[in-house]
Amino acid sequence: MFSQSAKSHAFFWYSGLSCALLLLAGFSLGIGRYPVPLGTVFDILSGYVFPGPHHWTDVESMVVLQLRLPRVLAAVIVGMALAMAGATLQGVFRNPLVDSHIIGITGGASFGGVLALFLGLPVAGVVTGSFGAGMLATVIVFTLSRAGGFGSLMALVLSGLIVGAFFSALVSLIVFLSDPDMQLPGIVYWLMGSFARVDYPKLIMLAVPTFVAGLLLYRMRWRINILSLGDSDAAALGVNVVRTRWTMLALVSLMVGAQVSVSGGIGWIGLVVPHLARMLTGPDHKTLLPTSALLGGVFTLVVDNLARTLTQQELPVGLLSALIGTPVFAYLYWRRQSGWHGGGTP
Amino acid sequence: MTQTLAVELESIGHFYHPGDWVLRDISAHVNKGDIFAILGPNGRGKTTLINILLDVIAPCEGRVKITGRVGFVPQLFMPTFPYRVFDMVLMGRAPHVGVLSSPGQRDKKITLKALDMLDLGHWADRPFLELSGGERQMVMLARAIASEGEVLILDEPASALDMRNQQILFEMISQLSHEHGLTVLFTTHQPQHALTVANTAMLLMNRDTSPIIGPVDEVMTEETMSRLYGVGLRQVRTEHDGQVLTGFLPVPPEKRSIVRENG
Repeated sequence: MFSQSAKSHAFFWYSGLSCALLLLAGFSLGIGRYPVPLGTVFDILSGYVFPGPHHWTDVESMVVLQLRLPRVLAAVIVGMALAMAGATLQGVFRNPLVDSHIIGITGGASFGGVLALFLGLPVAGVVTGSFGAGMLATVIVFTLSRAGGFGSLMALVLSGLIVGAFFSALVSLIVFLSDPDMQLPGIVYWLMGSFARVDYPKLIMLAVPTFVAGLLLYRMRWRINILSLGDSDAAALGVNVVRTRWTMLALVSLMVGAQVSVSGGIGWIGLVVPHLARMLTGPDHKTLLPTSALLGGVFTLVVDNLARTLTQQELPVGLLSALIGTPVFAYLYWRRQSGWHGGGTP
Repeated sequence: MTQTLAVELESIGHFYHPGDWVLRDISAHVNKGDIFAILGPNGRGKTTLINILLDVIAPCEGRVKITGRVGFVPQLFMPTFPYRVFDMVLMGRAPHVGVLSSPGQRDKKITLKALDMLDLGHWADRPFLELSGGERQMVMLARAIASEGEVLILDEPASALDMRNQQILFEMISQLSHEHGLTVLFTTHQPQHALTVANTAMLLMNRDTSPIIGPVDEVMTEETMSRLYGVGLRQVRTEHDGQVLTGFLPVPPEKRSIVRENG
């Protein structure tokens, strides 16, 4: 039956991308300024789970477990979160050119982080400030959109743009006021996005909200199809459009807020990856969300590997994701001029 | 025999700009199993009334009571993403699927059955956006059938259909009403559609006049239909296999007005 072939087609890509992600993660743990052979990486990881005699050095163990493992896991989780957030928002807003910037969350979270850096707060302050301001931005968008017609998609988009622009202006103000020698380099580097300073406490800060929100979004993924039909049609199908939309936006905000707080501003992943995923398994959000998540993990891990190996000095991930994302997006645009529809299941 | 009410409209009124009433004092009762046609010229509020029935917009005045679940067939439909026909019809199962769930095997079986009812099974794997306007309307009807609603609402269901598909559509509507007890409400610009399948019609006259509601044979006369559309209409009758077929034809405009229009 045709639905069986669609299912096996999706399963093929889930399996392929999962294997690619695992292999790439293992490879990523070995590469860097201090290379560790892949076999040793595997031994260190298995030795951590099943302790016994080992042949690796303490330095190798420390590099793999303390420096690279949290970083690799963070890159995978961030990629998954941003890609799922992008796929969700594109469906909810019925617009394939949307990502988390549109609901103001990225601008708000960036402001919180930059303010904490400006005030000289410790890392925990940056994480908390960025996460809190991201959620505050969502609440302001929510309140503003009520004034402009609560159920209206246009009111929501405009509120998001207004709030995003306001927080961007505040970020610029802090950048302008910050000490060019003591504060500015740190702020600019953080704004460009990086996994360099990710440790286990930050990883937990990232993983817990992402897991909770991601799981709920994954369970709601078929509802995104319904919302993508338009408000009238979704309402006619018995869906409470406003409540469902806001639930999804709140979950996206939670994931993006957690991401920005830990790794700063990383753009283009939420925009580009869902398009690539649509080409693999089609537009149905039931398969699009898991495919986007896996592909987002692979994409971000590749970008992070390049960021820390291309040059002597580590490049910001946000910079590289934009450098890679824009030509990929241009290629997709050129390929799909007749519409941003992606491929279908065979 | 007492009949069960499926849809009740009580003094419905709606405006988009204060004072500029699109609908005013619309009251109607639709019995279970009825086929109810809504006719009116452009801009008279047919789509607004549909949106009120679907609970997409709340009326400024009055109230609507619908007994049972509603299935809907929109007039024009252009989704952003190229879902397959099967996926489009499957979405009709939304009222039966929990918020945190996805459709199961039973939903998929009902979807395939709805497609087969309209002889659309072979389209199941085709992208919806590759279909013509008429084909899309048939798929949307399959979606409404898959939703297993007790009340079926259709907005201009035959506007993009050729004669054959119009016949299939109206046979299906008739079958759903007579065999499955569904209540059907539809809007149309074609009096013929109402005469073919409906037993009750609502004529949305001008905004200051209450609508005319009643059995199609009684309310759809030359006089009312001419007033409704603001053009002269003549009723024609013919017979086929002992069955009376009726329709309305516009009276040709006077010669001098044509000459004036042509300069």
